[in-house]
Amino acid sequence: MFFLESIWLIPMFPLLGAAIMLLLGRRLDAQHPLGPPEDDESPGHHRFSPGRRVIDILCPGMVLVSFIFSVGAILQLQGVSGHSYEVVKWTWLAGLDSGTDVGVRAFTAEWGFLLDSLSSVMVLVITGVGFLIHVYSTGYMAHDGGYYRFFGFLNLFLFFMLLLVLGNNYALLFVGWEGVGFCSFGLIGFYFRKKSASDAANKAFIVNRVGDAGFVLGMLLTFSTLGTLKFTEIGPALAAGGFQAEDAWGPLSLMGLLFFVGAMGKSAQLPLHVWLPDAMEGPTPVSALIHAATMVTAGVYLVARSSDIYVLAPNAMLLVAVVGGLTAIFAASIGLVQYDIKKVLAYSTVSQLGYMFLACGVGAFWVGIFHLYTHAFFKALLFLGSGSVIHAVGGEQDMRRMGGLKDRIPVTYKTMLVGALAIAGIPGLAGFFSKDEILWKAYSSHHLLLYGLGLVTAMMTAFYMFRLIYMTFHGDNRVDPATHVHESPRSMTWPLVILAAGSVLAGWIGTPPVFGPVHDALPSLEHWLSSAVAVEGAHGGADAHHSALLEWGLMALSVALALLAIWLATRMFRTERYEGEPMHGLLGRGFHEILLNKYNVDEIYGALFVRGAAKGGGGRMAAFDRRVIDGGVNSVGLLTRMSSSLTMFFDKWVVDGIVNVIGFGVKLVSYPVRMFQTGLVQNYALLFLIGVGVVAGYYLFR
Amino acid sequence: MSEHILSIIWLTPLVGMLAVMCLPKGSKDLIRYVANGFAVLGVLVTIPMIRAFDSSNGDFQLVERFDWIPALGAQYYLGVDGFGYLMILLTVVVGWLSILCSWASIQKRVKEYYAFFLFLQAGMLGVFMVLDVFLFYVFWEVMLVPMYFIIGIWGGGKRLYAAIKFFLYTLAGSVLMLLAMLTVYFKHEEQFGHYSFALEDLMRVAAYTGPEMQFWLFWGFFIAFAVKVPMFPFHTWLPDAHTEAPTAGSVILAGILLKMGLYGLVRFAMPMFPKGVTDDLTIKLVAVLSIVGIVYGALVSLMQKDWKRLVAYSSVSHLGFCTLGLIALNPNGIAGGMLQGFNHGLSTPLLFLAVGIVYDQRHTREIADYGGLANRMPVYTVLFAISLFASMGMPGLNGFIGEFAILRGAFEVSAWWAGFGVLGIILGAAYLLWLFQRVMLGPITNPKNEGVRDMNLREIVVMAPLIAGCFWIGLYPKPFFEVLEPPTNKLVERLDPAYFGGNGADETAPEDRLAELLAAGPPAGE
Repeated sequence: MFFLESIWLIPMFPLLGAAIMLLLGRRLDAQHPLGPPEDDESPGHHRFSPGRRVIDILCPGMVLVSFIFSVGAILQLQGVSGHSYEVVKWTWLAGLDSGTDVGVRAFTAEWGFLLDSLSSVMVLVITGVGFLIHVYSTGYMAHDGGYYRFFGFLNLFLFFMLLLVLGNNYALLFVGWEGVGFCSFGLIGFYFRKKSASDAANKAFIVNRVGDAGFVLGMLLTFSTLGTLKFTEIGPALAAGGFQAEDAWGPLSLMGLLFFVGAMGKSAQLPLHVWLPDAMEGPTPVSALIHAATMVTAGVYLVARSSDIYVLAPNAMLLVAVVGGLTAIFAASIGLVQYDIKKVLAYSTVSQLGYMFLACGVGAFWVGIFHLYTHAFFKALLFLGSGSVIHAVGGEQDMRRMGGLKDRIPVTYKTMLVGALAIAGIPGLAGFFSKDEILWKAYSSHHLLLYGLGLVTAMMTAFYMFRLIYMTFHGDNRVDPATHVHESPRSMTWPLVILAAGSVLAGWIGTPPVFGPVHDALPSLEHWLSSAVAVEGAHGGADAHHSALLEWGLMALSVALALLAIWLATRMFRTERYEGEPMHGLLGRGFHEILLNKYNVDEIYGALFVRGAAKGGGGRMAAFDRRVIDGGVNSVGLLTRMSSSLTMFFDKWVVDGIVNVIGFGVKLVSYPVRMFQTGLVQNYALLFLIGVGVVAGYYLFR
Repeated sequence: MSEHILSIIWLTPLVGMLAVMCLPKGSKDLIRYVANGFAVLGVLVTIPMIRAFDSSNGDFQLVERFDWIPALGAQYYLGVDGFGYLMILLTVVVGWLSILCSWASIQKRVKEYYAFFLFLQAGMLGVFMVLDVFLFYVFWEVMLVPMYFIIGIWGGGKRLYAAIKFFLYTLAGSVLMLLAMLTVYFKHEEQFGHYSFALEDLMRVAAYTGPEMQFWLFWGFFIAFAVKVPMFPFHTWLPDAHTEAPTAGSVILAGILLKMGLYGLVRFAMPMFPKGVTDDLTIKLVAVLSIVGIVYGALVSLMQKDWKRLVAYSSVSHLGFCTLGLIALNPNGIAGGMLQGFNHGLSTPLLFLAVGIVYDQRHTREIADYGGLANRMPVYTVLFAISLFASMGMPGLNGFIGEFAILRGAFEVSAWWAGFGVLGIILGAAYLLWLFQRVMLGPITNPKNEGVRDMNLREIVVMAPLIAGCFWIGLYPKPFFEVLEPPTNKLVERLDPAYFGGNGADETAPEDRLAELLAAGPPAGE
């Protein structure tokens, strides 16, 4: 059980890498400690410096070690009953006694690590895809300064992400949750000299904080209601408390809602989606790892982790499903018209995350995780592919200035095509299985509207992906002629190939039961996850009411619609010359404009929150401090000074006046007397004689 | 020696002050070495206290008690429990660091500066260990004097205004406290027939005081402490004082002086007037003022153009959290409030030290004068970022632990309190990150910033212990909660005997119940 005992080490390896980068990185990577000056476009000639070699081996190596430990632990986990293993290191949060609904409980949380079937899927995705992206980055970032900073943050990110999925309680999950947010902040703002990059980093962190506030309140409510924050104790506490599914908005529904607010932030769901497209300011491997494959899926993980609570809170689940469905179609519609290749993928990510929540919301938590897992492959592939394209065309991201690249960067083209087919839901590829399972679950849960949203989104997805493929790789070459277009180095293409293979094969562990013998012969993710997440949940057993024929029919329908969308994209964009705006014909000029402006959400938020509440309110309050409070204080001061000058006047003219008058009087009276006091002995002798004479005269002449 | 541990702790800086005063005015470096030596010594003399302190014991420990002015009943009466213990440790460390950080930045009147600083240190330490209310008042007021001069002589442009405002604000608050104090003192004599200022004697008066009287007496104390904390709307001395004070002065103000308000509440105001603090109106009013402070401080921070003023207003927001925790009147709230006070004493000094490092080079506090410092100062960038994230409550660093415990305590009272409290979490990120962006990121736009140097070894040494503390509390806060638990539980039990499932409905006469509680009270002097 060596690997199971050491699951706490899985996050520690990347942490070690990050620590080495932080402390020694600057020595290893002496050139341009903070990145080259803005105008430096020189090719990466310091790529082979020995210090860089160390970073190239150390940082991906640490992730590889984590991956090996994860695989070992998961193999051993299969022998453990209940597929759940916990390692507790020490008490972390040691809060005091606290009154809760279930009596006085100590408010504590541990540094404890929990590997169960749910976290095992996450850990494999994170370390596996994470390793490939690390390798890719050694090629992609070779031209950039701040190499050690990039890898330090990337390793630190993996530490926090692994902590997030391995933590055995909500509070520790939150450490990872905020930690990945911090790393995301650091990496979005990697090119920190660009204002747009640091703006995007701030926006990401602050919007996420709104979600975090919900998460924190959710934890507090959970503790108040159930007396624990430990995942393994939530289920028993719910059972012991005799909680029933809530018809109205009870405490469990509120918990579900609050955790979902947290998930909305991290997973960029409406209305907190605004940060993710901007986050594309970061280097492309960051977009692939953090803003597509792992961090943004943490919200889905959180919801699945809380599935015991959600199944008793149908209202919260419905909300999750509706927000997921709306986000899916909302983001997909924006993705239809974007010109920036990464923005298309960013909106696609938001949309696919919506799918995952849709699945969770209709009670199919395992399907949400399934789509998370397949999505990690093809979306990481697409992002890395787009990075390879951008790398090839010298940093250009606008698809209107690409085109005709398919023969010049063939590996990138082929692998991206696989990714596009996978996400479009072409049968046999990974996206097909997970997406169809989501649609089927939505349909069989009797939410036909949600099913409809999902179906339309699937069509849009196929359309915008092939628009991207055609605009980038086909048609006329619109690349700046001065650019030397070149295929990426092997360190970048190999990860693409492996991810493409994953995008083909990953779905076969989740084949639907209607596949009969195929389904029985292959391993089943549903079965594996059943020990950790509530399967089916509130709408349990819905499958039974529908025939297999219906399921095949719906499958055929969604595939047909995807093919239709691809055909449409081919008609519109696979042209000799890219001219005008083909989308105008499809959407109309006005609506196209609205989509291009992303429904103006950023502008509305800017006016309402940034300029309105924050700056307006803050400005007014600062003025209140200055004018009212300090005005009061200062006028008290002024009054005091005035009254003190009054008293001074009184002192000077009345009190002192009287004193002076008295003094003057005394002086006046004393004046003649003083005349006698001359200090001369002769005078005194004379006076004495006169006095004697007077006295003597008085007695003599009486 | 061992029975005078506390006296030695507070007298060490006083001896240092005398030593500095004996040195010739001209030999500045000698003065600096001596002052720093005594500051380090001040840290070292707390080691016996750390060894002798028993954190599982909720009573006052290391007690020293002598008659001082027998005619008044005033005593020289010292002792610590978990609350005071943590504050003393914070004071010696932050005091030492602020003396160390003044090395290069103070060039005029060096001798007076260090003398005042050591004097201030002695006064602050005294506040955290006295158990005699009269002596407390003496320390509380005496400490204002050196702070007044530190701001008024070594401060920035508007230093005189700031110094006088600081002095008068605090003094005005203290007057009410003095009145309340004397009222209790005479009531005690009336009831027990002898004069005493000892805390536990005055605590006994509560059983014979009606709720309404307790309410007013509590507020008499409370306003004095609220000015110090500072709570909205008594906070406007703080931005001026913080901004105009020299770096070390801001560090001490933020790190220690503000904590005296919190400490005063848990040590004196709350246990002395249990019915005053558990009064419904008090709770509501204090909670509302705390929440207003949290949001208000954060929003005003957002709009500041002056770097130090921004940090100063952030203190208003953070201390709002602390008072919200205290007024929750349950263990997590009170322990969280005190711990957050301690945390604030680590992270806000870090922010002020960070300002000081660039201020010493550029002599401006305007945020707009900076920008792109990260290009020139990689080490500084990392340390400043850690300080920021500690301050905004990043899990894994100290701020989160305190905030979370406070929110837990607040939530126990009302979900709305916690709901409003978390607004501070959102806004905290906003103003701090925006500051970071404006100061550190982007290209260097102002040519004057081209020449800034990164941190030197002394500056790193000053920040390192505080940063280590941030990580320690963030990763392993258990020892701190262990220290805070006994006095917290004792206080909660005094305020609400039913809290721990005790005999809340019990009909025992108040005197008897108090006697029971006090049976485990402070041991006799020797």
